Amino acid sequence: MKVTLWGTRGSLASPGAETARYGGNTSCVEVQANGAVLVLDAGTGIRRLGATLAEKFTRVDLLLTHLHMDHIQGLGFFAPLYDPEVSVHIWGPASATLDLRARLMRYLSPPLFPVHLRDLPCNLVLHEVPRGEFEIGPFRIRSGPVCHPGPTVGYRIETEHAVLCYLPDHEPALGSSVFPGHGDWTSGYAAAKDADLLIHDAQYTSAEYAEHIGWGHSSMQQAFAFAKLAGVKHFVPFHHDPAHSDDDLDRLISSAAAVAAPSFQVTPGTEGTSFNLTNSGTPSSAQAAKGVRGRLRA
Amino acid sequence: MAHKEIELILMRQLAGYLATAVFIVDAAGTLVFYNEPAEIMLGRRFEETGEMPAAEWSTIFKPTDERGAAIAPQALPLSVALTERRMAQGDVWIRGFDDVLRHTEAVAFPIIGHGGRFLGAAAISREVREK
Repeated sequence: MKVTLWGTRGSLASPGAETARYGGNTSCVEVQANGAVLVLDAGTGIRRLGATLAEKFTRVDLLLTHLHMDHIQGLGFFAPLYDPEVSVHIWGPASATLDLRARLMRYLSPPLFPVHLRDLPCNLVLHEVPRGEFEIGPFRIRSGPVCHPGPTVGYRIETEHAVLCYLPDHEPALGSSVFPGHGDWTSGYAAAKDADLLIHDAQYTSAEYAEHIGWGHSSMQQAFAFAKLAGVKHFVPFHHDPAHSDDDLDRLISSAAAVAAPSFQVTPGTEGTSFNLTNSGTPSSAQAAKGVRGRLRA
Repeated sequence: MAHKEIELILMRQLAGYLATAVFIVDAAGTLVFYNEPAEIMLGRRFEETGEMPAAEWSTIFKPTDERGAAIAPQALPLSVALTERRMAQGDVWIRGFDDVLRHTEAVAFPIIGHGGRFLGAAAISREVREK
């Protein structure tokens, strides 16, 4: 399984010199295995990804964790949607009142976007994410609701050789007097348990989290604690706050790692980084496309 | 290891902030949590009792009505919410682990998630102080 980060920013795309190293695009992750591809979320990072998929795949499965704007804003600029030779399957969580099509159309229709969903030339298939396990090509996928405002799911994606857990927007500490508590009572625990790679929300500093309780995100320290609780092998702090510069993130991740003293590998979520997950139980290798990010390891 | 349904997790977190007793059962009827005010009502901490199957929690506190007649387990508000998946309320006299007889009133409701998933039930209860 090869995992590539195309957008690691949370909330709002934030391009600029001060965010150039970690990247300014919002959530988008590519997962490839055995000639199949999954795309996790359609943040602004999906535009560049789409350009690389052209003519390589006749089917693309896009798994949305939820429909907040930073996770769908790139959707209208995803090249496979405009290719009549490609089947694009979009999976997203159900809501209590509207189906996935109706909810996506709120964005993919005028006045917010000039192209209607129904006018996209690809073979578009929409799926409400089933609870429990389902399969797409070589991927066994488990989805389940997690603690974040509105219908939101996390994904556990398994192949024969590796387990990826993707929880980009997640506040497992919400309301907990002591965090982390028992895994049994922790949102997202089952999805993350013993994963080879965990990509997890780490938006805030501890002080910022105190001012944003209930907004659906985690502090960097909480994310480390969650990763430790779940027993993951490799942790990627993700969904960086748009106000955090590269230097801020360097300090934030380093100080959280110093406190947590993790026994697992930590690679900061950086746009362009790829992970090759080859064997369960073996630390994954990370390659920084920009050649500027190393990795932390206790 | 699976974890509890997110709706139950959020219900427990809310219960942790309330001054009224809250009892939460899962879809199988197992009492999976009660909060600190409920601990006072039952005379024992949740950490001591742990989870309890329906057959245990519905009888162990010897529920009775105002005349002292036993209330059938299936007639308790929480049982009604669980088995009939509807709101239920009522007055119940219970004898806790501390052997104190308490008059309580409870409102119970089924917990139904998106897609109509039945996840369990919860009861909010308080002790009625006799005048």
